[in-house]
Amino acid sequence: MIDHALTFAFLAVSLALVFNLWRLAQGPTLTDRILAVDTMVINVISLIILFGIQEGTTMYFEAALLFAMFGFVSTVAYCRFILRGDVIE
Amino acid sequence: MSFIMELVIALLIVMGGAFSFVGSLGLIRLPDLMTRLHAPTKATTLGVGGALVASMLYFLATDGKLSIHEILISVFLFLTAPVTAHFIAKAHLHQNPDVERHLSPTGRDCGWSTYDRRSHHATEPGSQPDGSEQ
Repeated sequence: MIDHALTFAFLAVSLALVFNLWRLAQGPTLTDRILAVDTMVINVISLIILFGIQEGTTMYFEAALLFAMFGFVSTVAYCRFILRGDVIE
Repeated sequence: MSFIMELVIALLIVMGGAFSFVGSLGLIRLPDLMTRLHAPTKATTLGVGGALVASMLYFLATDGKLSIHEILISVFLFLTAPVTAHFIAKAHLHQNPDVERHLSPTGRDCGWSTYDRRSHHATEPGSQPDGSEQ
Protein backbone atom coordinates (compact mmCIF):
# COMPACT_ATOMS: atom_id res chain seq x y z
CA MET A 1 0.00 0.00 0.00
CA ILE A 2 2.84 2.36 0.82
CA ASP A 3 4.34 1.71 -2.62
CA HIS A 4 1.18 2.88 -4.38
CA ALA A 5 0.94 5.92 -2.10
CA LEU A 6 4.56 6.75 -2.89
CA THR A 7 3.92 6.45 -6.63
CA PHE A 8 0.97 8.84 -6.33
CA ALA A 9 2.97 11.29 -4.22
CA PHE A 10 5.95 11.21 -6.62
CA LEU A 11 3.60 11.96 -9.51
CA ALA A 12 1.87 14.79 -7.66
CA VAL A 13 5.09 16.44 -6.51
CA SER A 14 6.71 16.09 -9.94
CA LEU A 15 3.68 17.73 -11.54
CA ALA A 16 3.90 20.46 -8.90
CA LEU A 17 7.55 21.03 -9.86
CA VAL A 18 6.52 21.37 -13.52
CA PHE A 19 3.92 23.99 -12.50
CA ASN A 20 6.57 25.86 -10.52
CA LEU A 21 8.90 25.76 -13.51
CA TRP A 22 6.12 27.21 -15.67
CA ARG A 23 5.62 30.04 -13.20
CA LEU A 24 9.39 30.58 -13.06
CA ALA A 25 9.58 30.96 -16.84
CA GLN A 26 6.30 32.83 -17.24
CA GLY A 27 6.17 34.96 -14.07
CA PRO A 28 5.22 38.51 -14.98
CA THR A 29 7.26 40.11 -12.22
CA LEU A 30 10.56 39.41 -10.52
CA THR A 31 8.91 38.61 -7.18
CA ASP A 32 6.79 35.93 -8.88
CA ARG A 33 9.99 34.21 -9.94
CA ILE A 34 11.40 34.38 -6.42
CA LEU A 35 8.18 32.84 -5.09
CA ALA A 36 8.39 30.10 -7.73
CA VAL A 37 11.98 29.25 -6.73
CA ASP A 38 11.00 29.22 -3.05
CA THR A 39 8.13 26.83 -3.76
CA MET A 40 10.41 24.66 -5.89
CA VAL A 41 12.81 24.26 -2.98
CA ILE A 42 9.92 23.20 -0.73
CA ASN A 43 8.72 20.65 -3.29
CA VAL A 44 12.25 19.29 -3.71
CA ILE A 45 12.47 18.82 0.08
CA SER A 46 9.22 16.86 -0.09
CA LEU A 47 10.60 14.77 -2.97
CA ILE A 48 13.82 13.98 -1.08
CA ILE A 49 11.89 12.84 2.01
CA LEU A 50 9.63 10.61 -0.10
CA PHE A 51 12.70 9.14 -1.80
CA GLY A 52 14.16 8.42 1.64
CA ILE A 53 11.00 6.51 2.57
CA GLN A 54 11.18 4.53 -0.67
CA GLU A 55 14.83 3.62 -0.21
CA GLY A 56 14.35 2.90 3.47
CA THR A 57 17.36 4.91 4.66
CA THR A 58 17.54 7.96 6.90
CA MET A 59 20.59 9.20 5.00
CA TYR A 60 18.68 11.75 2.94
CA PHE A 61 17.46 13.90 5.84
CA GLU A 62 20.71 15.84 5.91
CA ALA A 63 20.22 16.67 2.23
CA ALA A 64 16.66 17.82 2.95
CA LEU A 65 17.84 19.97 5.85
CA LEU A 66 20.58 21.53 3.69
CA PHE A 67 18.00 22.28 0.99
CA ALA A 68 15.73 23.93 3.56
CA MET A 69 18.52 26.15 4.87
CA PHE A 70 19.87 27.12 1.46
CA GLY A 71 16.38 27.81 0.15
CA PHE A 72 15.64 30.17 3.02
CA VAL A 73 18.96 31.98 2.77
CA SER A 74 18.79 32.38 -1.00
CA THR A 75 15.19 33.69 -0.94
CA VAL A 76 16.00 36.24 1.76
CA ALA A 77 19.20 37.28 -0.03
CA TYR A 78 17.37 37.76 -3.33
CA CYS A 79 14.55 39.80 -1.73
CA ARG A 80 17.08 41.90 0.14
CA PHE A 81 18.96 42.50 -3.07
CA ILE A 82 15.76 43.82 -4.67
CA LEU A 83 14.86 45.93 -1.65
CA ARG A 84 18.25 47.46 -0.86
CA GLY A 85 20.39 46.90 -3.95
CA ASP A 86 22.88 45.02 -1.79
CA VAL A 87 22.89 41.75 0.13
CA ILE A 88 25.19 42.62 3.04
CA GLU A 89 25.53 46.30 3.85
CA MET B 1 4.29 -3.52 10.35
CA SER B 2 0.64 -3.59 11.32
CA PHE B 3 -2.09 -2.81 8.83
CA ILE B 4 -3.29 0.27 10.72
CA MET B 5 0.22 1.75 10.77
CA GLU B 6 0.65 1.11 7.04
CA LEU B 7 -2.74 2.70 6.31
CA VAL B 8 -1.89 5.80 8.34
CA ILE B 9 1.50 6.18 6.65
CA ALA B 10 -0.01 5.74 3.17
CA LEU B 11 -2.73 8.30 3.93
CA LEU B 12 -0.16 10.80 5.18
CA ILE B 13 1.99 10.32 2.07
CA VAL B 14 -1.03 10.80 -0.21
CA MET B 15 -2.08 13.90 1.76
CA GLY B 16 1.40 15.38 1.49
CA GLY B 17 1.57 14.80 -2.26
CA ALA B 18 -1.93 16.17 -2.81
CA PHE B 19 -1.26 19.35 -0.84
CA SER B 20 2.04 19.94 -2.65
CA PHE B 21 0.15 19.62 -5.92
CA VAL B 22 -2.64 21.96 -4.81
CA GLY B 23 -0.13 24.55 -3.61
CA SER B 24 1.64 24.64 -6.96
CA LEU B 25 -1.65 24.59 -8.84
CA GLY B 26 -2.63 27.71 -6.89
CA LEU B 27 0.71 29.23 -7.83
CA ILE B 28 -0.14 29.05 -11.52
CA ARG B 29 -3.92 29.62 -11.30
CA LEU B 30 -4.27 32.60 -8.97
CA PRO B 31 -4.31 36.02 -10.65
CA ASP B 32 -2.05 38.24 -8.54
CA LEU B 33 1.16 37.91 -6.54
CA MET B 34 -0.51 38.83 -3.27
CA THR B 35 -3.02 36.00 -3.77
CA ARG B 36 -0.33 33.69 -5.11
CA LEU B 37 1.59 34.07 -1.86
CA HIS B 38 -1.17 32.13 -0.09
CA ALA B 39 -0.91 28.97 -2.17
CA PRO B 40 2.61 27.68 -1.39
CA THR B 41 2.08 28.05 2.35
CA LYS B 42 -0.21 25.03 2.15
CA ALA B 43 2.54 23.12 0.38
CA THR B 44 4.97 24.14 3.13
CA THR B 45 2.88 23.29 6.16
CA LEU B 46 0.68 20.40 5.07
CA GLY B 47 2.60 18.98 2.09
CA VAL B 48 6.06 18.76 3.62
CA GLY B 49 4.52 18.26 7.07
CA GLY B 50 2.56 15.22 5.89
CA ALA B 51 5.62 13.69 4.22
CA LEU B 52 7.73 14.33 7.33
CA VAL B 53 5.21 12.79 9.74
CA ALA B 54 4.82 9.82 7.36
CA SER B 55 8.58 9.27 7.26
CA MET B 56 8.82 9.63 11.05
CA LEU B 57 6.11 6.96 11.53
CA TYR B 58 7.68 4.74 8.85
CA PHE B 59 11.11 4.69 10.46
CA LEU B 60 9.51 4.32 13.88
CA ALA B 61 7.69 1.24 12.59
CA THR B 62 10.63 -0.32 10.71
CA ASP B 63 13.65 0.59 12.87
CA GLY B 64 11.80 0.87 16.15
CA LYS B 65 13.41 4.15 17.18
CA LEU B 66 12.15 7.72 16.90
CA SER B 67 14.26 9.96 14.69
CA ILE B 68 14.60 13.66 15.41
CA HIS B 69 15.75 14.88 11.97
CA GLU B 70 12.18 15.25 10.70
CA ILE B 71 11.17 17.45 13.61
CA LEU B 72 14.25 19.58 12.94
CA ILE B 73 13.30 20.05 9.28
CA SER B 74 9.64 20.82 10.01
CA VAL B 75 10.48 23.29 12.79
CA PHE B 76 12.97 25.01 10.50
CA LEU B 77 10.40 25.25 7.69
CA PHE B 78 7.67 26.52 10.03
CA LEU B 79 10.03 29.19 11.35
CA THR B 80 11.29 30.38 7.98
CA ALA B 81 8.05 30.30 5.93
CA PRO B 82 6.59 33.54 7.41
CA VAL B 83 9.94 35.32 7.04
CA THR B 84 10.23 34.48 3.34
CA ALA B 85 6.56 35.37 2.73
CA HIS B 86 7.06 38.72 4.44
CA PHE B 87 10.20 39.45 2.43
CA ILE B 88 8.54 38.54 -0.87
CA ALA B 89 5.49 40.69 -0.07
CA LYS B 90 7.70 43.60 0.91
CA ALA B 91 9.78 43.30 -2.25
CA HIS B 92 6.54 43.24 -4.25
CA LEU B 93 5.25 46.37 -2.48
CA HIS B 94 8.45 48.22 -3.29
CA GLN B 95 8.63 47.02 -6.88
CA ASN B 96 5.07 48.20 -7.64
CA PRO B 97 4.46 51.51 -5.85
CA ASP B 98 0.93 51.79 -7.31
CA VAL B 99 -0.12 48.85 -5.12
CA GLU B 100 -0.35 51.44 -2.33
CA ARG B 101 -3.70 52.65 -3.68
CA HIS B 102 -5.24 49.20 -3.18
CA LEU B 103 -3.94 48.70 0.37
CA SER B 104 -6.48 48.94 3.16
CA PRO B 105 -6.52 52.25 5.07
CA THR B 106 -4.52 52.36 8.27
CA GLY B 107 -7.06 54.52 10.15
CA ARG B 108 -4.39 57.01 11.23
CA ASP B 109 -2.67 60.09 9.87
CA CYS B 110 0.37 58.19 8.65
CA GLY B 111 0.24 55.62 5.84
CA TRP B 112 1.83 52.20 5.60
CA SER B 113 5.19 52.40 7.28
CA THR B 114 6.97 50.37 4.62
CA TYR B 115 6.53 53.33 2.26
CA ASP B 116 7.74 55.98 4.73
CA ARG B 117 11.29 56.35 3.51
CA ARG B 118 10.28 56.64 -0.13
CA SER B 119 7.55 59.25 0.49
CA HIS B 120 10.02 61.23 2.63
CA HIS B 121 12.44 61.31 -0.27
CA ALA B 122 9.62 62.17 -2.64
CA THR B 123 8.51 65.34 -0.80
CA GLU B 124 11.65 67.40 -0.36
CA PRO B 125 15.13 66.07 0.19
CA GLY B 126 16.38 68.74 2.61
CA SER B 127 13.37 69.54 4.78
CA GLN B 128 11.67 67.45 7.42
CA PRO B 129 8.03 66.58 6.75
CA ASP B 130 5.38 68.03 9.07
CA GLY B 131 5.06 66.55 12.51
CA SER B 132 8.29 64.61 12.42
CA GLU B 133 9.86 66.61 15.26
CA GLN B 134 7.28 65.59 17.87
